[in-house]
Amino acid sequence: MNNPILAVEHLSVAFNHGQKVVDDISFAIYPGETFALVGESGSGKSITALSVLRLLPNNARLNASAISLQGDNLLSRSEFELCKIRGRRIGLIFQDPMSSLNPVMTIGSQIEEVINIHFDLPQQAVKQRVLELLQQVEIPEPQQRIKDYPHQLSGGQRQRVMIAIALAAKPDLLIADEPTTSLDVTIQAQILALLKNIQQQTGMALWLISHDLALVSTMADRVAVMQQGEIVETGATADFFSNPKHPYTRKLLSALPSMQSCLAHNAEEKPPLLQVNDFKVYYPVRKGIFKRIVDFVRAVDGVSFDIQQGKTLALVGESGCGKTTLGKGLLNLIPGSSGQVVINGIELNSLSGEQLRQQRANIQIVFQDPFSSMNPRMLVGDIIAEGIRALHPGIKPDERKARVRQLLRQVDLPEDSAQRYPHEFSGGQRQRICIARALAVEPKLIVCDEPTSALDVSVQAQIIQLLKSLQQEKGVSYLFITHDLAVVAEIADDVAVMYQGKIIEQGSVAQVLTQPKHAYTRKLLEAVPVLKTEK
Amino acid sequence: MVILWTDALIFTLIAIMLGLALYMRGKEHIKRPMQQICRSKIGMVSLVVLVFFVLIGLLDSVHFKATGNKTNEIISLLDYWATPLREHGEKTYSAPFATTLYSKEMMTLADGATQWGYPRLEFGGSHLADPETQRMGDILQKAGYGFAQGAGLAAFFMALLWGTLAGQRKRLMLSSTTRTVWAVVFLIVSLSYTLIDLSSYYHVLGTDKVGEDVFYQAVKSIRTGLVIGTLTTLIMLPMAVIFGILAGFFRGWIDDVIQYIYTTLNSIPGVLLIAASILMVQVYMANHEAAFTSVVVRADMRLLFLCLILGVTSWTGLCRLLRAETLKLREMEYVQAAQALGVKQGMILLRHILPNVMHIVLISVVLDFSSLVLAEAVLSYINIGVDPTTYSWGNMINGARLEMAREPIVWWSLTAAFAFMFALVLAANLFADVVQDAFDPRRSGNE
Repeated sequence: MNNPILAVEHLSVAFNHGQKVVDDISFAIYPGETFALVGESGSGKSITALSVLRLLPNNARLNASAISLQGDNLLSRSEFELCKIRGRRIGLIFQDPMSSLNPVMTIGSQIEEVINIHFDLPQQAVKQRVLELLQQVEIPEPQQRIKDYPHQLSGGQRQRVMIAIALAAKPDLLIADEPTTSLDVTIQAQILALLKNIQQQTGMALWLISHDLALVSTMADRVAVMQQGEIVETGATADFFSNPKHPYTRKLLSALPSMQSCLAHNAEEKPPLLQVNDFKVYYPVRKGIFKRIVDFVRAVDGVSFDIQQGKTLALVGESGCGKTTLGKGLLNLIPGSSGQVVINGIELNSLSGEQLRQQRANIQIVFQDPFSSMNPRMLVGDIIAEGIRALHPGIKPDERKARVRQLLRQVDLPEDSAQRYPHEFSGGQRQRICIARALAVEPKLIVCDEPTSALDVSVQAQIIQLLKSLQQEKGVSYLFITHDLAVVAEIADDVAVMYQGKIIEQGSVAQVLTQPKHAYTRKLLEAVPVLKTEK
Repeated sequence: MVILWTDALIFTLIAIMLGLALYMRGKEHIKRPMQQICRSKIGMVSLVVLVFFVLIGLLDSVHFKATGNKTNEIISLLDYWATPLREHGEKTYSAPFATTLYSKEMMTLADGATQWGYPRLEFGGSHLADPETQRMGDILQKAGYGFAQGAGLAAFFMALLWGTLAGQRKRLMLSSTTRTVWAVVFLIVSLSYTLIDLSSYYHVLGTDKVGEDVFYQAVKSIRTGLVIGTLTTLIMLPMAVIFGILAGFFRGWIDDVIQYIYTTLNSIPGVLLIAASILMVQVYMANHEAAFTSVVVRADMRLLFLCLILGVTSWTGLCRLLRAETLKLREMEYVQAAQALGVKQGMILLRHILPNVMHIVLISVVLDFSSLVLAEAVLSYINIGVDPTTYSWGNMINGARLEMAREPIVWWSLTAAFAFMFALVLAANLFADVVQDAFDPRRSGNE
């Protein structure tokens, strides 16, 4: 290989309180290649990228022997000179396309801005260049789109605009920091294909930062794994995935849920626990001074399914398809639902007020975001005991405390966690507390609304293991809402695929994942990045 | 013993706070932030200053009928102790520690001749034969004596406390925070003794237009400031919190009604409402003279109504903030989780919504406290504030606006009011900061 485009030598970053977030790492990126930096959250990936551009927060201390861009040491450059390098020679794409664009500027003027900063072109040429860029990132009808504001575009299109902005100054190196994490699988596949395509056209180097090993295996030429600020393993992709050397890498790879595991499920029939018939959630659209209802937004549109006792039904779909609304609707948490929900022979929809409150113990929910699902001002013990207090007011405080301790043991947390606040726990531990809270009232069904999507791979595997063992122990059923088909294969017995408020395909997990009938299901399955292991 | 309306309310407030403290004693999740407050130096020092102000205010809230030359006059415990200050009036302005009046006058000398000059004060420094030479030494001597007296007293009680403590508590007393607190207590006691001692010979902060001691006025104003700050908050808080949370949580018609009320109230200029209600009270008191015989009782009634109407006009801002915050909180997943667990709605409001808006309440209460003390000053300016006979920093500032235009300038009234207000508001702000940090589990460092 020839000279590297970016060479980082002995880079360390520490924050005020002395803790090193990046600890003496060295790596190089060569022209035209895709280099992937992989690691779990908090391992220092993004900080590494920001320190190359010197965009670190004020309280960070950077220490490196050299950061050179095409032989040009960036450390010796002044802030003023760096401004000309950022964007011009190194482009950057962020994770969240929703907040990276200025909502009050048209996308055309946002791209123009970058071009005007780095090139001295006549107005006509700038306009021409913007159109070219929009065509390059495959936005349809760029002539009209140029005058659109960010909110008029979908998430995928916004990420395309971000890429166009990054490409505007024709950089030699493009840093993509988790470019597809907040996008749906099918759109992720499109964006990744686009990046590959552009890389081939322009020959620039791509530095991909990701936590998703499967994605990396399809995209990258070389991979580096980061753990707690250190690079523990670097290698060419093919070699790396077939023959991982470091124990941490092996742990990461083994924690990945695999699509093959779906074949292992037993198909024993059990009596149904929950029967849902023609379930609908409509939001009225009101217009005029009298707020007449002119139309409905059909979030969930006539859905029917059964869940068997002690089994797991996975509800799969992309964002906005109504799967979360369905989950919350089953728990009577949102108004405007109709249809029949029968659990254990009791029809939940016909109940209201006190009767409904008494039956709430039957269905519980575990939310996606472990940070907002617990009251930050309550002790963990009180959070778990809340349901017991509300539904079984007769239980004495001592007995209740003993029950809380038992629940904490069941979710593998120390008993003294009861006297601590939620913020003292990590994401995975919080999700365990949420599971304990749901279990406290002995539910027959737990709705798990993307419980692992905010967690790292290895933690995700632990939570899924916990859910499985609790199911065996207690015989609870799960309605597992997710967008991740690999997780579905790991945990589900049955699968229902949801698209625009309707269930379009339903069946056992092996059947749906291996012989999908509906075109949309096939599209979803194709889009899932699968780990390439050429052994 | 005479109990005025505001006295009764103040003592009720104290009783409520004591009750709350007793109730909270056994709660683990409240005990920990409390311990954190106790460890914070700034928090404890500002608490000591606040307690000192409150003690003066409480002393000033025990009223009784004076026995003596002026019968029927209602005075407080503070007035009783400060009798010399109260009765040592001069003719007109005199500067701090002065022995003569501030302006020249025609004086009749002992031999009957008249002279244009600065006449000696009736009380300030009257024990000195030759003020020119003796004054400085005398002030220092009196101050030193007072300081020693206060220091001795403080040291005596601290030693007494030290002696009664068990070994383990003694170690606690030696922590750096406790030492700072004792140092501040020691300083405050000694300084107040110095001031007490000096003020029986001099006018420490001068005298005002009618010759009244400014130091006495400033100290008396503490109670007015505290009453306006706390009672108004007491009236405003329940309305703002209850309406704000209900509107945000239940939405629908409840929200509509509450929003209607506060937009209507907000669109009426506050000054108009205040003026109207103060005039109403005055008319009422004029028609029922039998019930309001004493000047003090009338002034107190007016103060109470001022608090009431200030409370009624000032809850809308906080209410709006709380409504917006509740709208956000009710969509939080922990609220939905509580609903799924079958927790009753009242309980959700109490356990999940209220504690999570408390920081907003705390911040705006402290900010309001200072702005209320200031509002009182502005209202006095257009004559609809507290009664002109009530001592208040507002009245002092109001009087000072003419003095500022005098040549030479009379600066001490304004400075005194400013210094006292500043100390109170600063202590309240600092303490609220510490409390807020301690009660926010995400920011507190307790593990």
